[in-house]
Amino acid sequence: MGSIEANNLVKEFDDLRAVDGVTFEVNQGEIFGFLGPNGAGKTTTVRMITGVLKPDSGRAYIDGVDVTTDPLRAKERIGIAPEEANCYIDLTARGNMHLAGELYGVPKKKRKEKSVELLDQFGLADRADSKVKGFSKGMKQRLILGMALINNPPILFLDEPTAGLDVASQRLIKERIRKLNRQGKTIFLTTHNISEADKLCDRVAIINKGQIATIDSPEKLKSTIQSTQSALVSFSGNGLGRDKLEDLGAVEEIEKEGDKYRLYGPDPGEIVEEVVDFARKENLKIISLNTSGPSLEEVFTHLTTG
Amino acid sequence: MYRIPRLGKSLSIAKKDLKIYYGKGPVVIFGILLPFFFFFAFLVGREMPPLSLVAGLSGMAIWFTSTSISPVIAPWETRTKTLERLVFSPISVTEMLIGDILGSMTLAFSISAVTIFAVAAILGMIPVNFLTLLLGIVLASFCFSAIGVLISALPTDTTSDIMMLSTLIKFPLIFVSGIFIPVENLPGWGTIISQLSPLTYFVDLVRFSFSGSGSPWIDIAALFGFSLFFLLAADFSHRRTLPKRL
Repeated sequence: MGSIEANNLVKEFDDLRAVDGVTFEVNQGEIFGFLGPNGAGKTTTVRMITGVLKPDSGRAYIDGVDVTTDPLRAKERIGIAPEEANCYIDLTARGNMHLAGELYGVPKKKRKEKSVELLDQFGLADRADSKVKGFSKGMKQRLILGMALINNPPILFLDEPTAGLDVASQRLIKERIRKLNRQGKTIFLTTHNISEADKLCDRVAIINKGQIATIDSPEKLKSTIQSTQSALVSFSGNGLGRDKLEDLGAVEEIEKEGDKYRLYGPDPGEIVEEVVDFARKENLKIISLNTSGPSLEEVFTHLTTG
Repeated sequence: MYRIPRLGKSLSIAKKDLKIYYGKGPVVIFGILLPFFFFFAFLVGREMPPLSLVAGLSGMAIWFTSTSISPVIAPWETRTKTLERLVFSPISVTEMLIGDILGSMTLAFSISAVTIFAVAAILGMIPVNFLTLLLGIVLASFCFSAIGVLISALPTDTTSDIMMLSTLIKFPLIFVSGIFIPVENLPGWGTIISQLSPLTYFVDLVRFSFSGSGSPWIDIAALFGFSLFFLLAADFSHRRTLPKRL
């Protein structure tokens, strides 16, 4: 049994079937991305798995504990950092940490030690006794992440952990996610940021219209789309016409991207060979030449539209 | 799976409420100033025996302080999304509500006890049944706080919606609970309604505590019964409306 298991979860609101038979399993120690367009059923699914909403049918398990029958025991095994920075703004950062610790039943001494440690890890030690009211969004998000770790849970649910944050905060949070994962924690990452999911996740699930459209590793998902293989080339000088590149046999389509050309075709390797020959023949200097397959974003778009 | 509510979790919630909410404006205005102004506005130009004064002011103080903040915690926390944090935590709805009641009760007990004993001292009255009075204040502050928490089950994040509903319940009850007009002087329908108001029993208990006449047991039993009823009703209502708040 995996760390997290959703088994045929169904939830209806009035006439709308928000989640329709969602099934998946997250392995221990995995970073699992959960992607989907707005209204696809992501939040409802997460709420059912975390014991906040009761499913109309189906079961969810956290570390083998049935969430539907014993939600409190299941919740003790997880830490959650919701998207909205929902800490108490009238309490200090330390006060929020202590409250979270109390709610998770962390003993007083341990709670105090862990609060100091986490506030330090998330760069909030110097503001520990300031009210959260004056914190920036990035600081609040770091505090929320710290609060989610107060009980040292084996499983973490992170909802858009870097949304709307400055670059430094994003980097700090991503580094922490990787470090926590290296420490053996299972991480369930809900995000709209597909490139973030691509870089962080071992596997991703894409949900659309309440159903799981696909689950696999990012690279395997990308390989399912063949039509967007391409090579990106940049030459020195500005005099090169697009029409000359159209004569290349391996190229099916050309797009100009700034000072570069993206050359689409079924075999990017062959495109590269032809481009090199072409440059020699035309006496052009190649500044850069890269091949690229489809992005996870393209897979996402392919699966969630049309 | 049913779990017996854990007092420690509820105390954490109560502590949080006291730190965050009980220094806020509505408590001072609706919990302390309003009952005094309301009471003195009614008192001016009328002759009232000291016992009625103490009983009336005690009832007003505890009723308003208990129901000043308890109805608005849930909509506040819905709006600030902190309710979501609590719901994600390993704490049951019952533990959360008991915590809100205990927080409200602590404040109501402190303010009311000081008010009651101060007014009694000014009027030169000494309670003949001190422990009964103390028990009455404890029971009433729990019971009325539970009413406040029940009112907050309305699934809204707008505090003014709750304040409107709360006012609709709070003020009419004052007039049928023996604070300004003794219950025996009310018309027939008023007497019946007064029996359904827990405030009636508290006011009666205060009268007993200072005069020693009558029996306190019906009042104590009624306050205890109402407390249980409102706690269960709040629990049932919040469980039904909680998903709509998230």
